[in-house]
Amino acid sequence: MEINKAELASAAAASGQHHEELMGAEILVRALQAEGVQHIWGYPGGAVLYIYDALYKQDSIQHVLVRHEQAAVHAADGFARATGEVGVALVTSGPGLTNAVTGIATAYSDSIPMVIISGQVGTAAIGSDAFQECDTVGITRPVVKHNFLVKDARDMAETMKKAFHIARTGRPGPVVVDVPKDVSFIKVPYHGYPESVSMRSYNPVRKGHGGQIRKALQLLLNAKRPYIYTGGGVLLGNAVQELRTLVDLLGVPVTHTLMGLGAYPSTDPKFLGMLGMHGTVQANYAMQNCDVLLAVGARFDDRVIGNPKHFASVERKIVHIDIDPSSIAKRVKVDVPIVGDVKDVLTELIHMIKESQNRPDAQALAAWWGQIDGWRAKDCLAYDRGNTEVIKPQAVVETLWNMTKDDDCYITSDVGQHQMFAAQFYKFNEPRRWINSGGLGTMGVGLPYAMGIKLAKPQADCWCITGEGSIQMNIQELSTCKQYDTPVKIVALNNRYLGMVRQWQELVYQGRYSHSYMDALPDFVKLAEAYGHVGLLIERPEDVEPALREARAIKNRTVFLDFRTDPTENVWPMVEAGKGITEMLLGSEEL
Amino acid sequence: MKHIIAVLIENEAGALSRVVGLFSARAYNIESLTVAPTEDPSLSRMTIQTTGSPEVIEQITKHLNRLIEVVKVVDLTEGGYTERELMLVKVRAVGKEREEMKRMADIFRGRIIDVTEKSYTIELTGDQSKNDAFLEAIDRSAILETVRTGPSGIGRGERILRV
Repeated sequence: MEINKAELASAAAASGQHHEELMGAEILVRALQAEGVQHIWGYPGGAVLYIYDALYKQDSIQHVLVRHEQAAVHAADGFARATGEVGVALVTSGPGLTNAVTGIATAYSDSIPMVIISGQVGTAAIGSDAFQECDTVGITRPVVKHNFLVKDARDMAETMKKAFHIARTGRPGPVVVDVPKDVSFIKVPYHGYPESVSMRSYNPVRKGHGGQIRKALQLLLNAKRPYIYTGGGVLLGNAVQELRTLVDLLGVPVTHTLMGLGAYPSTDPKFLGMLGMHGTVQANYAMQNCDVLLAVGARFDDRVIGNPKHFASVERKIVHIDIDPSSIAKRVKVDVPIVGDVKDVLTELIHMIKESQNRPDAQALAAWWGQIDGWRAKDCLAYDRGNTEVIKPQAVVETLWNMTKDDDCYITSDVGQHQMFAAQFYKFNEPRRWINSGGLGTMGVGLPYAMGIKLAKPQADCWCITGEGSIQMNIQELSTCKQYDTPVKIVALNNRYLGMVRQWQELVYQGRYSHSYMDALPDFVKLAEAYGHVGLLIERPEDVEPALREARAIKNRTVFLDFRTDPTENVWPMVEAGKGITEMLLGSEEL
Repeated sequence: MKHIIAVLIENEAGALSRVVGLFSARAYNIESLTVAPTEDPSLSRMTIQTTGSPEVIEQITKHLNRLIEVVKVVDLTEGGYTERELMLVKVRAVGKEREEMKRMADIFRGRIIDVTEKSYTIELTGDQSKNDAFLEAIDRSAILETVRTGPSGIGRGERILRV
């Protein structure tokens, strides 16, 4: 081991003088080092053993052995969401790759920069139905930004450079690099890692069209009821400061999609809350009543605008800034499309506003705020706060928020009611702190997300707000948390139901609860203990706060908090699928 | 409405499947597709015939452009263009049909490129409506086999698509 490292070091030192011969796997690892990769998540198998051997002979990259390939991709994805860096996962051929597909599709749906390296059978065996062979490029094609099959080790360095370049530029996304086994062990001359890459077919735009930005400026300055709606693109494009400056400069209301939370501080009154299917009344009503809508890095998806016909039934001017032209005019007609990097475009827009003498009509704006405050007064997120009989799931999230609002912490979530409660009741004031699967809606991401983030941010607390359904989709990762000392805090809102399914069945399927009850649940406390962690069972409302406090105080161990919550609680407000976004159900009569 | 979209794409393994996969994944129509390398062997030129509302066609061109290996995309139907399709038709040609088939091929400026005692193979080039018209003009029951390439399109005059 030591000798190998010394040899490698001397070879590296000599690389300036003459070209060394390296195995494809070694070139791959050099590429990861050159890209500054420090953590990768993976699972070995026959086709990637040379890559694992190359990893063994170095110590700048930490590899985390997960318990299932899906979790490897989720963990690297969570890391990427929290840090903004490219997340890297490594899986073997065949089942290794197919297990990873859910993770890759999850990252693709939310435009997360990732490089996934997969092993492949030897080039001579491709197409022969070899052991653990699958058509990786074909299977992953619809869920990646791009993919490569490296057929020659001499192309390895350039392919890796392209993969990282494509993953992190333009609209980010996952890139798969499929490496046949012979390509990983064949030795070829190594000429160093390319410093730059140029692709005639791939040149993402940055600058927005100046004339279009000026049109947007005129609309915004002349608006009587302006509204800013932003999505994950503002976080991915690192345009948070610019967005905040813009909102404050104009004094206009702002809303975020599920993916955009944290861009503008949630506790600021200019933030109207999340919009969409489980958005606030004020956020959704403002969407339908504004006269100028500025959409930034958001894509008007079905969970956000509901029925597009209903959405389009009112008069308003729409400005849409996005780096991906295909996101513009996809579901709604847009008056001023601006294709460009959101940070660049917002910077230009702010510059123009500062130069201009005009400001939105103060009187009209005041009237608009009055209207918004009227909607806000409905207090649509109210719930039975004083309940002393049963734990309300909202109360758990709210208590957690009050306890941790000054902490350096990350909140991950799975998919379902608990996810919506977390999005509604945890007030995100900073970007990249709310980590969940928005586009694909993948149950089981929460725990691997938290463990991925914890590795990169060991000082920060990682809370995973989950349900008893979602957590069981990747619960094996409790073992990984133990091995790699990544203590996370699992807040399971355990209502013994697949809550969101149950809610739809109650509201849409006349209470026919078809297979939404989770019978025969494990004893999560014992399960946590079996994995070497701390388990806590919380059944009474008065125990919620002390239990969270206890979990917060435990710094070096994973804690599983099993909260037995009200099985009949629903997420309100709700816009049923296919309805307009102001056709909201508000829950019980008194609300 | 019919649209003819010309695409310059890197001549790499799997590039064609990305284009075809895009159309099937997003439920776009694909009436025909022709592809072959250009004078620059690193590039392939594709002609895609599709139909859809203006909004759908806009999305098709945007999504084609989004593919990493696609270099350029032009909707030829937005301006002047010409299109040609090659069609080969094998027809029954016995007895007095032989003279009739020969005459029809001449009228449509087709050429007979293979002859047997019982059949002719006729080569026709033209826009699709011309080739359709030929098939309408001859006795349908005489058609033994038809193969059409789908249109290849090129812009008129100064409309040039290249890197």
